[in-house]
Amino acid sequence: MAKTLFDKVWDSHVVRSLEDGPDVLFIDRHMVHEVTSPVAFRGIKARRSGVIFPDRTFATADHNTPTKNQHLPVEDPLSANQLKALEANAREYGISHWGLGHEKNGIVHVVGPEYGITLPGATIVCGDSHTSTHGAFGAIAFGIGTSEVEMVLATQCIMQPKPKKMRINIKGELTFGVTPKDVALYIISKLTTSGATGHFVEYAGQVFENMTMEGRMTVCNLSIEMGARGGMIAPDEKTFDYIRGREFTPKGADWDKAMLYWETLKTDADAVFDEEYNFEASDIEPMITYGTNPGMGIGISRSIPHAEEVAGGVSTYRKSLGYMDFNEGEAMIGKPVDYVFIGSCTNGRIEDFRAFASIVKGRKKADNVVAWLVPGSHKVERAIKEEGLLDILEEAGFELREPGCSACLAMNDDKVPAGKYAVSTSNRNFEGRQGPGSRTLLASPYSAAAAAVTGRVTDPRELLKEDAVLA
Amino acid sequence: MAYDKFKVLRSTAVPMPIENVDTDQIIPARFLKATERKGFGDNLFRDWRYNSDGSPKADFVLNNPTYSGKILVGGKNFGSGSSREHAAWAVYDYGFRCVISSFFADIFRGNCLNVGVLPVQVSASFLNKIFTEIEKNADAEFEVNLPEQTVTILATGDQEKFDINGYKKDNMLNGFDDIDYLSNMKSEIEEFASGLPF
Ligand code: SF4
Repeated sequence: MAKTLFDKVWDSHVVRSLEDGPDVLFIDRHMVHEVTSPVAFRGIKARRSGVIFPDRTFATADHNTPTKNQHLPVEDPLSANQLKALEANAREYGISHWGLGHEKNGIVHVVGPEYGITLPGATIVCGDSHTSTHGAFGAIAFGIGTSEVEMVLATQCIMQPKPKKMRINIKGELTFGVTPKDVALYIISKLTTSGATGHFVEYAGQVFENMTMEGRMTVCNLSIEMGARGGMIAPDEKTFDYIRGREFTPKGADWDKAMLYWETLKTDADAVFDEEYNFEASDIEPMITYGTNPGMGIGISRSIPHAEEVAGGVSTYRKSLGYMDFNEGEAMIGKPVDYVFIGSCTNGRIEDFRAFASIVKGRKKADNVVAWLVPGSHKVERAIKEEGLLDILEEAGFELREPGCSACLAMNDDKVPAGKYAVSTSNRNFEGRQGPGSRTLLASPYSAAAAAVTGRVTDPRELLKEDAVLA
Repeated sequence: MAYDKFKVLRSTAVPMPIENVDTDQIIPARFLKATERKGFGDNLFRDWRYNSDGSPKADFVLNNPTYSGKILVGGKNFGSGSSREHAAWAVYDYGFRCVISSFFADIFRGNCLNVGVLPVQVSASFLNKIFTEIEKNADAEFEVNLPEQTVTILATGDQEKFDINGYKKDNMLNGFDDIDYLSNMKSEIEEFASGLPF
């Protein structure tokens, strides 16, 4: 029977199928971090089960870490406690651990690809919903709960029913100033935050073929925001070039053996999806969100829709706008911005900082804006320095922080104060996500940069055009 | 983690007719700093439930003494967002054993099943009937019957079937979890692993 990319990877990892029940799915790679793992390790201890394959689990500290003075002891005792627990658990069970200050430390979903932990055709899980990021390599990657973290530690398997399959095709070429983040926000605005629930998504078509690996990561990262279990893109030469030679990538004969499997990872021509969507690249503009879920996004030059125009409940919609203190019909352009955050596993990689720097270059940070520039990992941080981007950023009045999840979920000190507006390159604009009472506008690194230098919501294409004329 | 067996639950219900209730609302990230599973119920819906000075918000349903019970009834797409199992723990620890909605986010649904909270998905029209019933009478009782896979509005006798796969149903009925099952497969898993390309 014809199979999709998803079928091929899933089916090859099923250890056992239960009748009227889930599949027992083998997990190749497991990433853990300090926040969702301590209770799982406690469970392991209580059951005396041990960790079955310690070399398939990788630990990094990211969710709870400060982004300043990482060489000093962590001030928050609860955070410090979680970091200590992670270190102790990793040591006890022989799991590699890239703690705070380690040269390979960074956000789970940023370091996984950087060191070749993420591979095509692998099954990858982590106790964080944006594990879907790794799908960019043609892996089945998804977030799990703490009970499942414990399961994977103890047995390297989880038990889940096979999701349904969806394909999203985008034809054509992206227009000027439109980034992978905009593509993802566009798709979510069309499907809504629950539109892909129960499904695993494959992204196909020219737009994704043309995208860099980092761009593909941004798109797959946001799959969860339309309810999907995950998203994936078939591996191609770009994928293989990216992973070749990285620390945990198979080498020599192992590479050749893996390649035999990887080369099969394409959806068969006559394979059938449960659902399929088609979009045109030329319809996509730079996007921005105006509400309290990632589906509430519009082209940046448009105005906030009226309640009657949107699907779903009018009262939920109005509650959301009330929280944002926005009105139906208002334009987004020109709205004042207090904070700008570039970072997270969505847009915290080197290409994102290049994009940000390209706009702030030769300009100055707006006085009314507090900007947090947080690289996704030390590797990204080093690249920012080596490529000379740091000089550009500092020249424009910005300061670079140390890596971590930071204001993506505001577990550390990087919290947007109540009532303040943040243009953020992260992935969630939920109420209070970036700090109690915070108001988040999700956008691309270009749009974040445009807001950072003008102090208000600005169409990044205007600044990009100015630059193009000057150049 | 062991949890209480679930068979038949008869209870009043707490209504929350809001759509897309995300896990950041159910338990905000700043309460995820524990290394033990303790006390999450206190912070369930923290920012909807309390003002920043810690005083309860009178207009939030959990602070309204009119409503109580072991069943939480939520609007469409309940539990979207983060994979934090802490959200399901908070629901359980607060005292809910069942969440009824017309649609659940996948990870939250799975987490609930793993920690002993039964997610019951009903049709949009049945969900409306439940909300209407609670509005009419806050003391209205509902029956969630896992063996029969039914939910009943006791006052009217209205009933709907719900889905759950046989394996998960067995687990809930017996208070088992997946690790109990997987632990017996160890050699099968090891053999499987030795055949993989990496
Ligand atoms: S950056 Fe945000 S989404 Fe990504 S791993 Fe960290 S908390 Fe999760």
